[in-house]
Amino acid sequence: MSVESIHIPAAREQRPADAPVWQVRVGTRLSRFAAVAGIALIVALAALPAIASRNLIQDLIFVFTMLTLAQLWNVLAGWGGLVSVGQQAFVGLGAYALFAGIVMAGLDPVAAISLAGLFAALVAAVLGPLLFRLEGPYFAIGSWVAAEALRLICAQFKSLGGGTGMSISPGELSQMVGLKMVQALLGLRPAAARDVLVYWLALLLAVLVTLGIYAFMRSHHGLALAASRDNAAAARSVGVRTARTRYVLWIAVAFATGMVGAVVYLQKARISPDAAFSVTDWTAYVIFIVVIGGVRTIEGPMVGVLLLWGLVTYLAQFGSLYLVVLGTLAILIMLFMPTGVWGAAARRWQLQLFPTQRWLGRSESSPTPL
Amino acid sequence: MSGFDTIIEGVLLGGVYALFALGLSLIFGIMRLVNLAHGDLILFAAYLVLSATIALGLPLAVASLLVVITMFVLGFVLQRLVLERVLGDDILPPLLVTFGLSVVIQNGLLLGYGADSRRLQAGAFESSSVVLAPGLSVGLAPLTALVTAVAAVALLQLIFYRTSLGRAFRATADNPAIAQLMGVNERNVYAIAVGLSLAVSVIAAVVLGIRASFDPSIGPARLLYAFEAVIIGGLGSLWGTLAGGIVLGLAQAIGGRINPEWQILAGHLAFLVVLMVRPRGLFPARRT
Amino acid sequence: MTALLNVTALDAFYGDFQALFGIDFELNEGEAVAVIGANGAGKSTMLKSLAGLVKNRPDAIRLAGRAIGDASAASIVRLGLALVPEGRQLFPSLSVEENLLIGAYGGERSAPWDLAAVYRMFPVLKERRRGDVTALSGGQQQMVAIGRALMSNPSVLLCDEISLGLAPIVVEDIYRMLPQIRSGGTAIVLVEQDIARALRASDRFYCLQEGRVTLSGRPRDVDQDTIRAAYFGA
Ligand SMILES: Nc1ncnc2c1ncn2[C@@H]1O[C@H](COP(=O)(O)OP(=O)(O)O)[C@@H](O)[C@H]1O
Ligand SMILES: [Mg+2]
Repeated sequence: MSVESIHIPAAREQRPADAPVWQVRVGTRLSRFAAVAGIALIVALAALPAIASRNLIQDLIFVFTMLTLAQLWNVLAGWGGLVSVGQQAFVGLGAYALFAGIVMAGLDPVAAISLAGLFAALVAAVLGPLLFRLEGPYFAIGSWVAAEALRLICAQFKSLGGGTGMSISPGELSQMVGLKMVQALLGLRPAAARDVLVYWLALLLAVLVTLGIYAFMRSHHGLALAASRDNAAAARSVGVRTARTRYVLWIAVAFATGMVGAVVYLQKARISPDAAFSVTDWTAYVIFIVVIGGVRTIEGPMVGVLLLWGLVTYLAQFGSLYLVVLGTLAILIMLFMPTGVWGAAARRWQLQLFPTQRWLGRSESSPTPL
Repeated sequence: MSGFDTIIEGVLLGGVYALFALGLSLIFGIMRLVNLAHGDLILFAAYLVLSATIALGLPLAVASLLVVITMFVLGFVLQRLVLERVLGDDILPPLLVTFGLSVVIQNGLLLGYGADSRRLQAGAFESSSVVLAPGLSVGLAPLTALVTAVAAVALLQLIFYRTSLGRAFRATADNPAIAQLMGVNERNVYAIAVGLSLAVSVIAAVVLGIRASFDPSIGPARLLYAFEAVIIGGLGSLWGTLAGGIVLGLAQAIGGRINPEWQILAGHLAFLVVLMVRPRGLFPARRT
Repeated sequence: MTALLNVTALDAFYGDFQALFGIDFELNEGEAVAVIGANGAGKSTMLKSLAGLVKNRPDAIRLAGRAIGDASAASIVRLGLALVPEGRQLFPSLSVEENLLIGAYGGERSAPWDLAAVYRMFPVLKERRRGDVTALSGGQQQMVAIGRALMSNPSVLLCDEISLGLAPIVVEDIYRMLPQIRSGGTAIVLVEQDIARALRASDRFYCLQEGRVTLSGRPRDVDQDTIRAAYFGA
């Protein structure tokens, strides 16, 4: 079914007087509650640095950045059908652009972050048409090759540390916009204040990206994309337009991924090609988060990132074993619970916090998906 | 080293890449499955051979044969127990499962064998060379790799175009439902294809392990080289894959000649250039 | 005496959609039976159920007494039931001869059909044996599709609209071969939209309408109007 065919003729129909009043809704009662709770949570998280330990702040930076990457990969691969295993390319590019901006151009780090996003988007715009030539699943490996090529190219820049990488001195970061204010406000040393600043940036990115994806999924373009993925015939009928939507999506995701990369490496203050373009750190974990939480839902990555955070705490010390466990878990979930933890819970208890379907329902009846 | 040596080196390297690529190309051609764990499975096979030669003390040839059989069975079982459940119209599940497998195998090898570089011992064979022309000698091991690659392509070609199993492969690739009407058991055909793919990968693994040292982390790069060889050569043509491997090997050898740091990058760039100018590869199959 | 092929109360579904409702059908050894019906009546679904492409209750379909309703397509052809699918469905990656050979993939059953016999019946295929099936004319492609099914030496041959899209003379040529196929001991089910041709070539017929058998019998016992009513509905 193409999106064009979803139309609600109720208004135009002659309706007998006693017929029930049907209405199209996007929300559910739970989702309205979730919206209120969500706002409260965001406010609380924003205020958290006032009382939280630096350790917790750093943990949450990890949670927010991984969540953002997971949301981005989910929309790209799950809804857009662009199953990339090369998203580390854009994390790395964003990180390198940040360092180039600070070290070579003397930019303020916060300004350099948006520049990093733009740079990643630009590279994505150039690579996209090339990689889109690869048939379906081969796009996955193609994106990986592109990431590897970019890693090797970044390693060529001797002024950015070449193959071994480089650090930014605390001095260069001390002039960062807002740093003095945070130091004064929370009574922190510069390093801890930088973490708080990065924490807020990471939180902001996570919120904006999640809301942006939600808005996109409910937009005409998002629905067309979802419909075309579910139905091959519809894909052909709306093909041309979804091809453009996917291209724009690819670039937009690269833009945000680049910014996440910049934020992550602003906190680390140390970069190397192998770390910034790591397929394990920036793609494998991200994919596991999405798969475990639930592909093609906005709630899935949130659940997934919390589970991953929990596992990290217990298993990370075991290194390789941790990845073996995560990988096995992801495979088992794909085999036996393909909609992930959230998907299974949502079906069991009829939950939906971010409804993307439209519901046709009478005022009191349970909704039926259109 | 002369320019001519560089070309020889590139061609020989290409033979290895073609061996990496054959298994990948095989199952993509038959069942549209892209196995992201392909490179790690090659590494897994290399470690199995290593264990068989060291722990069991078997000669390399015997160990290899044993592992060929093991990997065939493993591939068959992998398809029947795991991959079969996720194959379908949606490309996401098989990609995610094989990606998960890649991470599991790589880290499992790390747990089992450690991060040290290892090598397969092939005795005097490794260091001997043959003189092709006055002043031009080629290592016996890389030459054998190329000859093996040609032989493997020829053998697969034979299976594909001269046997009833090959007809079943191609028919299933064309239309699995109609192939079943001919008495072809789709599930078995797919499982045999994956088994064959892994069996061929053992040859790649042995050649890899004799030529150079390996450690658990290098699997993904083998996948990328395999993939590049397939795309450069053109989908659906085994001889094309061999040619693609050689083009990739040449690009790497030439790039490495100019600057050792550029060897791998030159290969990736050659791939991107081919994708730009000949998206269907240099030698695409007649039919699509 | 039980029939070679026995169908009782066959219901067929595509997901939630029911395409066939309680079909009863039988086919005796060496017989030719026509199944007629308008587009969408369920003729192809019935043949696909028989051939194992649509799964059913095990005992809804019996071949030589054996319940095959839920058997796999690959095993059914081995038991001697072959389908010439609607639209021919040849394998484009296989040459003409390979398309015929793969028909015998399930293993040689008894005589008489082999490559030589198929080439004797359709000599033009022998000339084109190394060629691409996509380069053949529609009629020649249909010959390959029939030959391919015969290569398994079936005791039941199901033909789904073999005249579809072919010129009348070509259709004549193909229908002329049916007696020869029957004489080899193969019973035939002919699905056609062309009522007259199907009835001429068969001993008995069934008429389907919206997934139900609305009429069956011998062609000479039934008049035009009765058939028209069963075909189009009242
Ligand atoms: N693959 C399918 N999925 C869903 N419905 C189908 C499918 N194939 C056929 N149908 C439906 O089943 C009914 C019978 O179709 P079919 O057996 O092809 O009819 P006939 O061969 O008599 O023209 C039709 O309503 C058709 O739309
Ligand atoms: Mg039909």
